[in-house]
Amino acid sequence: MDGTDTACGAELRSGHDGFASANAPALAAWGAPLGHLGMNELQRPFALEVRGLTKRFDRPAVDGLDLRVNAGEFYTLLGPNGAGKTTTLRMVTGLLRPDRGSIEVFGIDALADPIGARRIMAWVSDEPMIYDKLTPMEYLEFVAGLWAVEGDLAAARAGDLLSRLGLGPYAEQRCEGLSKGMRQKVALAGALVHEPKLIILDEPFTGLDAASSRVVKEVLRERIQAGCAVIMTTHILDVAERMADRIGVIANGRLVADGTLDQLRRQAGSGEDSLEDTFLALVAQEVVAA
Amino acid sequence: MNGPGMIGWFAQQEARLAWRDWLSLMSGGGRRRTRTVAIGFTVFAVIMHGLAWLMLFSSASRAGSAGDQVLSTLTGTLLLAWSLMVSQAMETVTKAFFARGDLELILTSPVSASRLFAVRLAAMAATVVVMALVLAAPFVHVLVWLGGPRWFGGYFVAVAMAINATAVAIVIIVAMFHLLGAKRTRAVSQIVAAVIGAAFAIFLQFVTILSYGAMPDVSFSQMSVLVRSASNDHVIRWPAPAILADPVAIGALLGLSIAALAAVIFVFAPRFGQFALAAGNVSHAAPRRSQGQSVFRGSSPAWALRRKEWVLLLRDPWLMSQTLMQLLYLLPAVFLLWRNFRGIGGSALLVPILIVAAGQLGGGLAWLAVSGEDAPELIASAPMASSRVLRAKTEAVLSGVVLIFAPFVVLFAVVKPFPAFITLAGVFVAAGSATAIQYWFRTQGRRSVFRKRQSSSRVATITEALSSTGWAATGAMATMGTWFCVFPGIIVLAIVAAAWMISPARTPESI
Repeated sequence: MDGTDTACGAELRSGHDGFASANAPALAAWGAPLGHLGMNELQRPFALEVRGLTKRFDRPAVDGLDLRVNAGEFYTLLGPNGAGKTTTLRMVTGLLRPDRGSIEVFGIDALADPIGARRIMAWVSDEPMIYDKLTPMEYLEFVAGLWAVEGDLAAARAGDLLSRLGLGPYAEQRCEGLSKGMRQKVALAGALVHEPKLIILDEPFTGLDAASSRVVKEVLRERIQAGCAVIMTTHILDVAERMADRIGVIANGRLVADGTLDQLRRQAGSGEDSLEDTFLALVAQEVVAA
Repeated sequence: MNGPGMIGWFAQQEARLAWRDWLSLMSGGGRRRTRTVAIGFTVFAVIMHGLAWLMLFSSASRAGSAGDQVLSTLTGTLLLAWSLMVSQAMETVTKAFFARGDLELILTSPVSASRLFAVRLAAMAATVVVMALVLAAPFVHVLVWLGGPRWFGGYFVAVAMAINATAVAIVIIVAMFHLLGAKRTRAVSQIVAAVIGAAFAIFLQFVTILSYGAMPDVSFSQMSVLVRSASNDHVIRWPAPAILADPVAIGALLGLSIAALAAVIFVFAPRFGQFALAAGNVSHAAPRRSQGQSVFRGSSPAWALRRKEWVLLLRDPWLMSQTLMQLLYLLPAVFLLWRNFRGIGGSALLVPILIVAAGQLGGGLAWLAVSGEDAPELIASAPMASSRVLRAKTEAVLSGVVLIFAPFVVLFAVVKPFPAFITLAGVFVAAGSATAIQYWFRTQGRRSVFRKRQSSSRVATITEALSSTGWAATGAMATMGTWFCVFPGIIVLAIVAAAWMISPARTPESI
């Protein structure tokens, strides 16, 4: 992997099926490449801006949620089971249609221009969805094809990603024989092969061993440094505490707290407590309020 | 006997699970399931009785006698039915061996696992018995009506044959485990089972083509010739006297069948766990290396999708066999084509066979491409409009159909250009309609449940079948040169339009 500042900016400069021209206003405001963060922060749109997002199934799953994530930021979304984390992210990635609200990805209205938004996003679910009968390399080739990444560039990125994630020896073996952790890494490599600007991960560390987790964290960190934004849900609070620039806490479909760990502690009135204590205190406050 | 961990307790547990599975399969998990199942079962029973009456009515004069011809005909028919039972039993046994489910719970619990496995083997036999009774009952009833109560012996024969078919199937599958290994056994046994099952229907089609309408008489007499070639005391002649209520024959047949099953259970129940564990470890076997190196072509998203569909199908022998199994049903069509070449007519029969087969194949491939997508969220989150995804997947499906049917159409065109043209048009509209219906009623499912895809949407299954047969009827009438072909065509269009109107695709949840 390049790991350079062009990682998130390359496609913006070169364009992608008319993407650059179609989204010129948004890109002009955002600035390219992302690695050169010389523009005024206020001029830039957020990597993700969600307003009044609402989704109801039998009961409200997401209830008027507002959320902002900056470019170059690692944002972690926490919440108890059924709080609405995954539903929120599925709406952002276009997998679910919201009842109300707006979603902007780097200034692109994801509801009006879903294709444009998807072009710069990647989604990895907690259950790796890959093809058993394809090899990891073929899977990456397929994903690169979907995102219309140029052949040689895709091959170089794929080889690099598989090597870094420790999948090199398995690159030409079918995924049906891979362990859950390896499959998760293949899915993650697929998400990164088209160099998205917004990476959305739902419980990405499920099934990963310690060494693999470390490599994945390093890879994500490099993306952040290159100006990408990463949004991740996790129940492993230790990971959230060490990796996240900002943390959002969702309960009952609403964002009940949002900020750095210190800001969350202040909001929860939990002093120097761990993130676990802070999180539980915030959720308890929401339950009482509800 | 009924305490926890005892045979009766296990049997109770297995019966409860089987009942709920069956209800779920029949009702598709609907809430008003009992009523739905009752109505469906009644309709099925009426149709089956009608079919049995149509098939047996012409033989009414012979139903009262017990001559050599009747016994031979019965034996032949029972042999065919038995092959069908073995086929079904092989599938049930394979499924049980490869279902991981509660295996580890059972094997790590402090009870005798062989008791549970004995119950499971017996349950397999019970499943085959129930299926045999459901299918045999209408024929038994009609025969009783036409020839008297002694035909009730058919029930005993059905039970006995189902029991010994299960015993034979277990032995075959265990032998395959030893000879082929766990991994190959799965694919081979299901293919063999499907071929045996298909052979039954194909045989009847061949006979239909040969006889042009007098199917029962001719088919049974063909079998009679085969059976008469066996000596009087040959084992294959035993079931026929039993079906005519000979008490000795019934006792012998039932006794031997139950003894065979008991022996099989006694020998194999203690080893069931080993087989199931071996089967479960298949996925942990050494990963298979791909044939060729990946070549990044920088292709279009549509090409990437089409290629992926073809590669996945070509690399899955089981799925391929299940999908292409329908091509076995084309064997009679090939036979008919051959007769055409020899100057014997039959275009009006060949055209609809090809159209129906194309519709079925198109529907199956479309299910794999649309509902059987293993990474639906990847596709949905890709920067492709859903219409482009649909177009690419439809192209993948139709190109597969064209690849398979082109030789038939070309060969047909050499002999009779006009019917060949009708066939070509019919193949496209039937496969296209089936693909559209599968897309409109898509529900996410694993490719491994391909054979159960019908249970996810009854409406899709019925409209797909009506569409294929309707286009086949249109094609047949067009081949005969009558303008009445317009009517079935309009009806099919109305059915397809109605399917669209009621389909969930009109209110998509995803963007």
